[in-house]
Amino acid sequence: MSEAALYVGCDVGSSRTKVAVLDAGGRILGLAVRKSGTDFTATAEACLAEALAAAGTDAGRIARAVSTGYGRLNVRYAHEQRTEIGCHAGGCYHAFPRAITVIDIGGQDNKVIKLDAAGRRTGFKMNRKCAAGTGAFLEEMAARLDIPLERMNAMAERSTDMVRLGSFCTVFSATEVLEHIRHGKKIEDIVKGVFYSMIKRIVEMDSLTAEVVMTGGVVAHNPYLVRMMEELIGRPVLVPPHPQFTGAIGAALYARSGSGEP
Amino acid sequence: MSEEKKAPRKKLAAAADINQFMRDYYLELDAAAAAGSPKIAWCTSVGPAEILRAMGFLVYFPETHSAMLGATRMATDLIPEANAIGYSPDICSYLTADIGAFLRGVTPLQKAFGIQSIPRPDVLVYNTNQCRDVQDWFVWYGEKFNAPVLGVHTYRGVDEVTDRHIVSIAKQLEALIPPLEKIAGRRFEMEDLRRAVDLSRQCSELWKQILDTAAARPSPITFFDGTTLMGPAVVGRGTPKAVEVYRKLLAELEERIRRGEGALEEERYRIYWDGMPVWGRLSAHAQLFASLRANVLASTYCNSWIFSALDPNDPIPSMARAYTELFIVRSDEAKEDYIRRMLSFFQVDGIIYHDAKTCPNNSNCRYGMPQRLEKETGIPSLILNGDLNDLRLISDEQTKTNVEAFIEQLEERRS
Repeated sequence: MSEAALYVGCDVGSSRTKVAVLDAGGRILGLAVRKSGTDFTATAEACLAEALAAAGTDAGRIARAVSTGYGRLNVRYAHEQRTEIGCHAGGCYHAFPRAITVIDIGGQDNKVIKLDAAGRRTGFKMNRKCAAGTGAFLEEMAARLDIPLERMNAMAERSTDMVRLGSFCTVFSATEVLEHIRHGKKIEDIVKGVFYSMIKRIVEMDSLTAEVVMTGGVVAHNPYLVRMMEELIGRPVLVPPHPQFTGAIGAALYARSGSGEP
Repeated sequence: MSEEKKAPRKKLAAAADINQFMRDYYLELDAAAAAGSPKIAWCTSVGPAEILRAMGFLVYFPETHSAMLGATRMATDLIPEANAIGYSPDICSYLTADIGAFLRGVTPLQKAFGIQSIPRPDVLVYNTNQCRDVQDWFVWYGEKFNAPVLGVHTYRGVDEVTDRHIVSIAKQLEALIPPLEKIAGRRFEMEDLRRAVDLSRQCSELWKQILDTAAARPSPITFFDGTTLMGPAVVGRGTPKAVEVYRKLLAELEERIRRGEGALEEERYRIYWDGMPVWGRLSAHAQLFASLRANVLASTYCNSWIFSALDPNDPIPSMARAYTELFIVRSDEAKEDYIRRMLSFFQVDGIIYHDAKTCPNNSNCRYGMPQRLEKETGIPSLILNGDLNDLRLISDEQTKTNVEAFIEQLEERRS
């Protein structure tokens, strides 16, 4: 393995595409994120160019690339594909090399992944088809409340009297939100209710054993979800240094290993 | 570099005989429906077909017809027709697809065999061992065709099958005979039933041997093959032709084993499937698993047409036993014991549970069974959300990611 060799991970998610460029020592040299849009291939290319520029290098040093996420088959420069479940697990284990339970909140789905002390998966769960509890759910609620997505976290933090949303279903939850608006509830309290509904959807997916790690773009932009999760489960929750890029970093680690273990 | 991998699937020569068997079966029913003779009985898939055959009826199975609606991907467009007349999208999508097809006046038999419509019943006979939905389904058609509907009401959650169960079900089977005699216009003869039960037992034994060939390494057969090869075990049991085609199929599979030839090019992982197939995705799923070098080689579903209790010397009580020993009516303890034995017999690396949205009776992952079995056996499990017929309830992308991640997990266990 050459010292100059670079390893690339590209995570084409339903909402954002992320690229991580690592060196042979596993150090992060460059990161880039873009909206996935409708042309996954072009987005993956643009994201790679941006990450390489951030790393101050060019594509000539790339030894191997692995793609992951919904659009993993659309990445032309990838030598191999791995699932986002494997990549999030690998990325989190790299940051916390011990037995952990990983929670990834993605744009379209949530995952709970259990790893043993050696980093091997012992089980995983994805949410069912419903969007409740995912990034898509948060986007829908932000639209209903007419609040820019990036302001949701700060609003939830200001809540003093959280409302409870009872439904599993995004459409029914939206109806509940309208009802709370009609009854004059404060928007902050509704937003916190939306956050609470998301983490409730996650804790019912699987039992959370070992130390819990939260990752994904939704967590990166809404860190208050982590605090709420800690309160709900009564113990600290870890977050890796670049939560939105965990899948891309995990993919790059797979690339570095050739195949198999990240 | 980033194209979907294609894995070639090997065809079985005997599959052509099975297709011919199914063609002949439906053409015979169609001719009888046109001529008004012999009389036609509709029967649930694990209903008392042997009694019907012994009394000279040709037997038609709506569940098989609905599986065809699923496999041809006609079902999803037809289900709303039944929803609109009050049959919920949450109930059995075999029922809703089949009633929807009838309301729309279409059948997959048209394209497959040039048959314009399903055969009109002279009588409909159900056994609720599959579920209560079959009763509703048959009653609806009974009214449409103004035909009598008879039924056997089974026990559910059966732990150990006792004599009390057998006596009760046997009485219900005997009670079918007088009304069937009137409809058939002939007397019931016990000798005829012995013959039918004997043929059913032979068919069942052969079907068991066929499915058991999957214990070989590599397995010469896949679950996906099994779902189409099982036609004669369902619609043809009690007939000599079913026995004949299965002898040929078994010989071909045994020859594959002798040659060390598997159903897949490479079999790195051995998977057990619990629950219904996703009929509209048989080929896609077969391809997906094969591309991952994983053979889904055995299933509770295909095994459900093995009736080892059938005994021509004791026809009615043995039918009662066979149809009560059935996996689907048993307690979770009995089901778990059965699956444990299958995991060991077929030397399985992982088990997949299909949680079929509209088929709670045949979705065994809703009361903690996967967790209990995984803890006991150490064999990893995966739950796939989907449905047997309603493709609106399926996310192909999530299925693919789940299956790929599951195979990655199995790979990590080996490293």
